[in-house]
Amino acid sequence: MMRYEAPATVSAAVSLLAREKGVGLVMAGGTDLLVKMKSGLVEPDLIVDIKRIKPLHEVKKTASGISIGAALCNAALGENAMLRKAWPGVVEGATLIGSKQVQGRCTMAGNLCNASPAGDAVPALVAAGAKAVIQGPKGKRKLAIRDVPAGPGRTTLKKGEIITAIELPKREPRSADAYLRFIPRTEMDIAVVSAAVNLTLDAKGVIKKAAVALGAVAPTVLDVPAAARALIGTKLDDAALDRLAEAARAACRPIDDKRGTAAFRIQVAGVLAQRAARTAYARAGGK
Amino acid sequence: MAGIHVKTTINGDAVEFICQPEETLLDVLRNRLGLTGAKEGCGTGDCGACSVMVDDRLTCSCLVLGAEAEGRSVETVEGMARGSELHPLQRLFIEHAALQCGVCTPGVLIAARALLEKNPNPSEEEIRFGLAGNLCRCTGYDKIVRAVQAAAQEMRGA
Repeated sequence: MMRYEAPATVSAAVSLLAREKGVGLVMAGGTDLLVKMKSGLVEPDLIVDIKRIKPLHEVKKTASGISIGAALCNAALGENAMLRKAWPGVVEGATLIGSKQVQGRCTMAGNLCNASPAGDAVPALVAAGAKAVIQGPKGKRKLAIRDVPAGPGRTTLKKGEIITAIELPKREPRSADAYLRFIPRTEMDIAVVSAAVNLTLDAKGVIKKAAVALGAVAPTVLDVPAAARALIGTKLDDAALDRLAEAARAACRPIDDKRGTAAFRIQVAGVLAQRAARTAYARAGGK
Repeated sequence: MAGIHVKTTINGDAVEFICQPEETLLDVLRNRLGLTGAKEGCGTGDCGACSVMVDDRLTCSCLVLGAEAEGRSVETVEGMARGSELHPLQRLFIEHAALQCGVCTPGVLIAARALLEKNPNPSEEEIRFGLAGNLCRCTGYDKIVRAVQAAAQEMRGA
């Protein structure tokens, strides 16, 4: 019989999971977990609900940037004006997931640990250079977001480890990000392809730092440094945008499935990367 | 089989129940507490027929465990009317014939009220967006949107 525990501290949650002899799973919002349980895809012996751990609902400024608690629902994330201003792309990715009902429960950390290649919260976090703050039986560690998913439905977290927060780096002036996805509907769908771009401009509007991440075109979300290099040193002229699309497409290793063909995904990845770059550039104050 | 003892608040009333760990809040409401307003449409959070408020957040009760309700405040469609006086949304749904089979209606009403609490004067697009998590296979949505617009106007006192 499955057990349900809702500890009040991270250390209690970690020891529950570490001691569990069967399948122990973390529940944040539960919007993926409960669906997988109903369909029999997972059969946990223990569920550890982390929503009773108060610090895991906090958004706070730290020495290294902004820390977002792993249990904060995406609706609350979208209501945070400081986050919307500093990281509009991260917020738009997270708040695109599901309906209002799902938004009231789902979390970025949950989306990350569900490890779907199409998770909407993940590409902008990868482009942001965000880190997962992890606590486990052997203590705390930080891991780049791009290194958390191991493949569809699998993460690199070890037994007993929990993501407690997602940490966004400090924002430099004239920085902004953007996230776009392609879906055949207008809302409430799973990304066929997605792209996130994060830029920092110098005082003249020249891109001095860039990051480009692509979703749903490989087993995990891709960080594409070659696409970022195509933008650095430019004012996002047409030639730079062409090189961006070319590098983005070259990085794609998609599959054909019911939502789109591999060829379509490769084509659209380039288009979305260009559009996300234009939006991020304008948001950062570039003209 | 021993269950989990849960103390919670439902529609303002203190409620206690015992449930199994894997039992959803929707099943608790319907099968243990006799609150059958919230419906199971899909059971996977796609259709919104089971919409309730948990601590002032709109959620699908099929994606919440009953045990999670401990110490929370849950609001269901049964709490919308004040005695025999319907909530303006309920009354205007009837006047505008914004329902046919009625299975989606309790969830739509809860979602519409949540929308109007945050945004008392929504555009048509905002209403459609706010109710995108509530599927209706009968009305084609137009009458639902009109009823919500009429309720918004009345509730603003306009």
